[in-house]
Amino acid sequence: MTSFAGWQMPLRYGSETAEHLAVRRAAGLFDLSHMGEIAVTGPDAGTALDYALTGQPSAVPPGRARYMMICAEDGGVLDDIVVYRQGEQEFLVIANASNTATVFSALTDRAAGHDAAVVDATQDYALIAVQGPAAAGILAPLVKLDPAGPENPKSPEFGELEAMKYYAGAFGTVAGREAWVARTGYTGEDGFELYCRPQDAEHVWTVLTGQGAGAGLVPAGLAARDTLRLEAGMPLYGNELGPDVTPFEAGLGRVVKFDKPGEFVGREALSARAAAGPSRHLAGLSIASRRIARHGYPVLADGRTCGTVTSGAPSPTLGAPIAMAYLDRPAAGLAGAVLTVGIRGEAVPAHLTDLPFYSRRR
Amino acid sequence: MSVPAELHYTPEHEWVSVEGTSASVGITDYAAQQLGDVVFVSLPTPGATVTAGEPCGEVESVKSVSDLYSPVDGEVIEVNTELEGDPSLVNAEPYTAGWMFRVRVAQDGNGDAALPTDLLSAAEYEELTKSAG
Repeated sequence: MTSFAGWQMPLRYGSETAEHLAVRRAAGLFDLSHMGEIAVTGPDAGTALDYALTGQPSAVPPGRARYMMICAEDGGVLDDIVVYRQGEQEFLVIANASNTATVFSALTDRAAGHDAAVVDATQDYALIAVQGPAAAGILAPLVKLDPAGPENPKSPEFGELEAMKYYAGAFGTVAGREAWVARTGYTGEDGFELYCRPQDAEHVWTVLTGQGAGAGLVPAGLAARDTLRLEAGMPLYGNELGPDVTPFEAGLGRVVKFDKPGEFVGREALSARAAAGPSRHLAGLSIASRRIARHGYPVLADGRTCGTVTSGAPSPTLGAPIAMAYLDRPAAGLAGAVLTVGIRGEAVPAHLTDLPFYSRRR
Repeated sequence: MSVPAELHYTPEHEWVSVEGTSASVGITDYAAQQLGDVVFVSLPTPGATVTAGEPCGEVESVKSVSDLYSPVDGEVIEVNTELEGDPSLVNAEPYTAGWMFRVRVAQDGNGDAALPTDLLSAAEYEELTKSAG
């Protein structure tokens, strides 16, 4: 267990390497209840979020999800978030635990003047994720999605779980308990995130571990989640993202929807950055050693510092250490240079690698 | 969590097993569990002199890297080369196959190994890990 943002969180249940590989090969079960859930509802909820965020939630169809960011006026990233549109006027914004208060406060300020209510609903939800190629098969018999029909306008995407699209969600039940069931995740695998009531979480967890064990489902901790997202090239707030970078440095400029109608917070600074180009470049590195290039270690080109490692770990899938780093020039500018990472005084050879390090077969 | 009664311990979570003037060293089950999966162990070179309480290597796990401290003074006479190929032995069998290095220590007046006086007994070490939570 480890303490994080006021939560006690499971770092690992047994071996994090075994948990990682279980997610790649079968399935892992994660307790992500620390994540923040902020409900934004009302007739103007969509336009309030269009103003508050880099994306365009008002254009997201009910029952679908989008990854986007919330930026400061200067374009710096306050958090990266997933927005679910749960109904015409109902949105659920998922924030990182350490940023929930910041996101809630920013959304509250930015929704002022709109006919929209912003509520921090973090304590109303437990979040259980089932991730991996076996996830849909394990969950299908346990999940009932609300049937279509005008009597339930909140559930626009229905039907069988396996037919649910990636980055979609629907109300339903899991093991008989009410939940928002979404096909989203942070592992680079197919998988689902189940937002249920805290008092139902233990029941859901217990049923899932029992039903999933035969299919290879194992509980997985945050250590495995970190190596899974790193292999998948996904940024982590505090490592690749923060108030000192815009989405463009992270190679995620696509989340900024300049063509949406109306103003949005950070537009001016973000357009300037889009025009000028990123100030740093996020790159993937493979490390020619068994030592790990960790957060904060320097990256050198021909012996001169050219960047800093943001995240590093052994890659259980690739069998060698990998890292992400911010470099002061794009990869093309490093052609022919000898790259090394300073690992506690030793210059260890590294190689530029395209992100992501791992993509699942679709 | 296992804390074999016959071993000596340090507050830095090393164990020491003494036979004559040869002291074998590894990290404890508690330490291995706290570190998580060990992926790389850097050990002192045979022939090197180590000093009690001083770093002499590193233990790298998925989430962290920690200094490895020598619990005793002496000359390194052997290191566990198996760990190069399979560092997970440290997690699987911290007191046996996961041992790290052996040191020849000086003799005291009775011909026994001269060990630092501040090494902990199993009971003392167990107490320490409990108070650490």
